[in-house]
Amino acid sequence: MKKNLRRVVATVGAMALCASCFAGCSEESAVETSTTSDAAVAEESDTVSMGFVLPLTGSVPNIGAAMQNGAQLAIDEINAAGGVLGKQIEPIFEDDENKPATAPNAITKLIEQNKVDVVLGTYASSCSMAMTSIAADSETLMISIGSTNSKVTEEGGDYIFRACFIDPLQGSVGAQFAYEDMGVTKVAMLYDVGKDYCVGISSTFSETFTSLGGEIVYEGKYNTGDTDFKSYLTEIKNSGAEVLYVPDDYDVVGLVAKQVKEIGLEIEMLGSDSWSSPDLISIGGDAVEGSYFTDHVSIKSDALAGFVDAYTTAFGEDPSSFSVLAYDAVYIAAAAMTNAGTSTDDAAIVAAMNELDEVCGTTNYKFDELGDPIKNVIINQVVDGAFEFVTEIAAG
Amino acid sequence: METLLQQIINGICQGSVYALIAIGYTMVYGIIKLINFAHCDIYMIGAYAGYFAVCTLRFGFTGTLLFAMAACAVLGVTIERIAYKPLRNSPKVTLFITTMGVELLLQNLIKTDFLAGPNTLAFPEIFALETYKFGDVIISNYQIISVLTTIVLSILLQLLVKKTKVGRAMRATSFDRDAAALMGINTNKVISITFAIGSALAGTAGVIVGLLYPKLTPAMGVMPGLKSFVAAVLGGIGVIPGAMVGGVLMGLIETLSKVYISSGFSDAISFSVLIIILLVKPTGLFGKNTREKV
Repeated sequence: MKKNLRRVVATVGAMALCASCFAGCSEESAVETSTTSDAAVAEESDTVSMGFVLPLTGSVPNIGAAMQNGAQLAIDEINAAGGVLGKQIEPIFEDDENKPATAPNAITKLIEQNKVDVVLGTYASSCSMAMTSIAADSETLMISIGSTNSKVTEEGGDYIFRACFIDPLQGSVGAQFAYEDMGVTKVAMLYDVGKDYCVGISSTFSETFTSLGGEIVYEGKYNTGDTDFKSYLTEIKNSGAEVLYVPDDYDVVGLVAKQVKEIGLEIEMLGSDSWSSPDLISIGGDAVEGSYFTDHVSIKSDALAGFVDAYTTAFGEDPSSFSVLAYDAVYIAAAAMTNAGTSTDDAAIVAAMNELDEVCGTTNYKFDELGDPIKNVIINQVVDGAFEFVTEIAAG
Repeated sequence: METLLQQIINGICQGSVYALIAIGYTMVYGIIKLINFAHCDIYMIGAYAGYFAVCTLRFGFTGTLLFAMAACAVLGVTIERIAYKPLRNSPKVTLFITTMGVELLLQNLIKTDFLAGPNTLAFPEIFALETYKFGDVIISNYQIISVLTTIVLSILLQLLVKKTKVGRAMRATSFDRDAAALMGINTNKVISITFAIGSALAGTAGVIVGLLYPKLTPAMGVMPGLKSFVAAVLGGIGVIPGAMVGGVLMGLIETLSKVYISSGFSDAISFSVLIIILLVKPTGLFGKNTREKV
């Protein structure tokens, strides 16, 4: 009898749970259908709300924090100078954990619940690509801060822009630098097959490098989350490669660099903008010393001196290139809103974005027809645990 | 040829970590016929405990290892007492699902800011890396330490199980728990000891992984945990030497398939081993055929 009672209670509980789920679902769909009328509601507001989707936790929290600080700095500056169209900017920060599965939830919350005017973010290309359709469907302007895969704007549509350069450019500049400046002809590549960023950038690197006359002597593909690379590195050792190209996040690169040393492989390493975090040094130690990578900016350049000063006073640490991109992205959005004369009519703001040709934040921004900025690529080198400027290579 | 040799060394080194984790799976299965999915997170906690021991308590390598082992042993026994013991006579599925629940609980607990937080931590270097050259083959002191630790612990465990009174009690409990209890063996205590030893070994694996691959994340246990589980099945689940051999074999299969077959498919290949074993020899390499009692 007692057992039966338990069973009844359990069944009722389960049914209640299911019912509440369904109730939740139907509520949500009700919200979705009513979004079109939300624009009218937002018109009343006397602030400009900017939604941010950033990797605040997860595998690259340093990049998330750098972006958040950069954005906050720009917002504080703009607000102190009177705001956008006389309205103060109110930021709302959401976390995507650097996971493509979490990013859509974050942007949906910003658009549906917080009713933000624009969305800025995010870092990983896979995450941004999971967000673009949501932004496009609700006709909200989205400026990706650090996603360099070309598909983000190609497949995203008219409402998607970005503040950074794209992988084809980064990959080909990397190849150009390896062939012309480093003077090598044999390169080994190692990349994550599960990340759009890594696959995209590696394929353009390989194309450019071969067309220049170089040779890709080894191509190793690993899975997201792998920690052992010694089997690949042993093969690379025998392939005669002079440079190892690893376009992946700094935490993975740190592990790769350590294992390069562990198996006694003497090779120069070349990477991409996702290396650009102080944690590259804390995980990789002296194993990453001397490596080169393509980056968005050089923190050491004179043009950024003012920004770096303001940033270090505000947050007590050095900015990374992603702080700069986030800072610029806020200024881009603000400039487009000012030029369009509205903070809520996203179609007008997008039109203003396409016309934009002015200094936003640290440098001049002008977008091509896809929504990608026309920018130069910087090469940085790890010297004594800091990132030193090496050279600047023009787009095209 | 030297490359193959080097790759085999890489594989054995990787496999030694799997072996340490697989022993925990196999011991628990051997004694209460339970696949403890939370085991992979005990390994994760071991890595974090090692991090704490090095960064906060400033222990050396041996101290760190012992601290992580102790922390994991206590955790393993606590989980067994709180979550599994009350369910010991419930259907297998209930227990099985509970282990998954505990797995998620541990992962999400460590994610809280109160403990380690959700972010990747860099395991500090306890001692400097050194490499030794034998012809064209290079071995690092990290690799030597990981393989040696596994060998020493495996021998100790084998001695414990075969030569001591506790070991005899464990074997008896594993053979028939009710009969063992009738013979005056405190089976609850024996089960706790089993959990403690299995978890301590997982803790060791955590520290070794911290040394070899200095990147700690709350979900770091999942992949090695699954592969070690396959290793335990490959060697014959419930058989301790089987788990060791299975672990090393898994490391070799993974490394060699990465190099000689396809780097992108190495995980798929590792896991198809599980399917093949279940189809061809469900009891594993070292398992004996036992008739199901009706």
